[in-house]
Amino acid sequence: MNGVHDMGGMQDMGPVEEEKNEPVFHHPWEGQVFAMYRATGAWHKWNIDAARYSRELIPPAEYLRMSYYEKWYAGLVDLLTARGLVTRAEVESGRPAPGSSKATPPLRANQIHETEALGASTKRNVSLAARFQAGQRVRARNINPVGHTRLPRYARGKLGTIDRDYGVFVFPDTNAQFLGENPQHVYAVRFSARELWGDQAKPQDSVYISMWDDYLEPA
Amino acid sequence: MKATRRDFLATAATAAGAAAAGDLSAHAQDPEHGHAHAHQAVPSDMALRVKSLESLLVEKGLVDRAALDALIDTYEHKVGPRNGAQVVARAWVDPAYKQRLLTDPDKAIAELGFGGQQGEHMVVVENTPAVHNMVVCTLCSCYPWPVLGLPPVWYKSAPYRSRSVIDPRGVLREFGLELPEDVEVRVWDSTAELRYLVLPERPAGTEALSEDALAALVTRDSMIGVAKVLPRREGGAA
Repeated sequence: MNGVHDMGGMQDMGPVEEEKNEPVFHHPWEGQVFAMYRATGAWHKWNIDAARYSRELIPPAEYLRMSYYEKWYAGLVDLLTARGLVTRAEVESGRPAPGSSKATPPLRANQIHETEALGASTKRNVSLAARFQAGQRVRARNINPVGHTRLPRYARGKLGTIDRDYGVFVFPDTNAQFLGENPQHVYAVRFSARELWGDQAKPQDSVYISMWDDYLEPA
Repeated sequence: MKATRRDFLATAATAAGAAAAGDLSAHAQDPEHGHAHAHQAVPSDMALRVKSLESLLVEKGLVDRAALDALIDTYEHKVGPRNGAQVVARAWVDPAYKQRLLTDPDKAIAELGFGGQQGEHMVVVENTPAVHNMVVCTLCSCYPWPVLGLPPVWYKSAPYRSRSVIDPRGVLREFGLELPEDVEVRVWDSTAELRYLVLPERPAGTEALSEDALAALVTRDSMIGVAKVLPRREGGAA
């Protein structure tokens, strides 16, 4: 989706402002949103791509206005309701629907250390021929899918060079909509800054973008 | 289906927006918000909404409250840039470790006990006098949690996400870093599940320092690639 979240190359967003001695969370509720998102993920009702997509569905003016954890809250409520863990009426009342059964949380406090240390890899050990090799010239496809994609707009149609092959990973465009993992090779692709931005860029500068096979065509 | 989801997100957001609009001046005057950074206005009722959602999830048995506390504690106190600083300092004093770090980063980082969520597949890029690497996620907020913790607000902000790729030198200037004209700048856009750690240059004049003393010099920003490591730690540096 050509959404406002796809920000690479936009201008006039203002200066980057660093806060000295910034806390991890600015308000207790931010930590609670973060923790609820992580803990409800243990139900495996969605995946990381679907979670990103839920935040991309926030209407653009609201996306720009909201703070980071407000977006996470909105995305979490969307995931919880869209995937049937809670109903909208329950979110609005803050109470379980009358007669609803009580579940057993899949994630306990004593498991946190282990789950966080283990992570959740989206790399897949499947034998799959790579379509491209290091050093090969490629073009990022000019595609404009209306769903989730990790192919940023600023790279579409641009020429690059395969820097390295990272191996086989789940494909976000299908995974985000529960249409299958569709695993494929991911590469670091080097795009010269001049190719992306024209003569205003320094000739030696570059941007490295991770790209799946389906984002690329031979050049 | 999609329209319904978006309508719902918009409704929630509009209600929050109305609350925020009425609260703007109060927000600006709140002494807790006296710090100089432009995070967006936060609706005053966010704390209530979140509390309500949390009690719903606990009552339905969907989450365990103690697990939520453990998650918050983990990312507030256990995981953070001091982890990454240890990795960098080890690479500076041990050439064999540095080699392993660059060629097999997941294993090398695990040697120091770090790894896992949002750092499953690491890439370490080395800054030199000729090459400067910096890291961004233009599409969201991807960041190597096990070595750097959760990202700061500026990393997730529209200004950084938008301009890092088109004007990296201008962004670095805002961080006080003016790169020589002939240096090569490489920006790494975290669009997949690879997470990047910049190995900054070891500052001159630190030959006599211990590994621990070196680690104390390494800042979060130097490991994102928006700062260099200074030979002396300045007070309050991020």
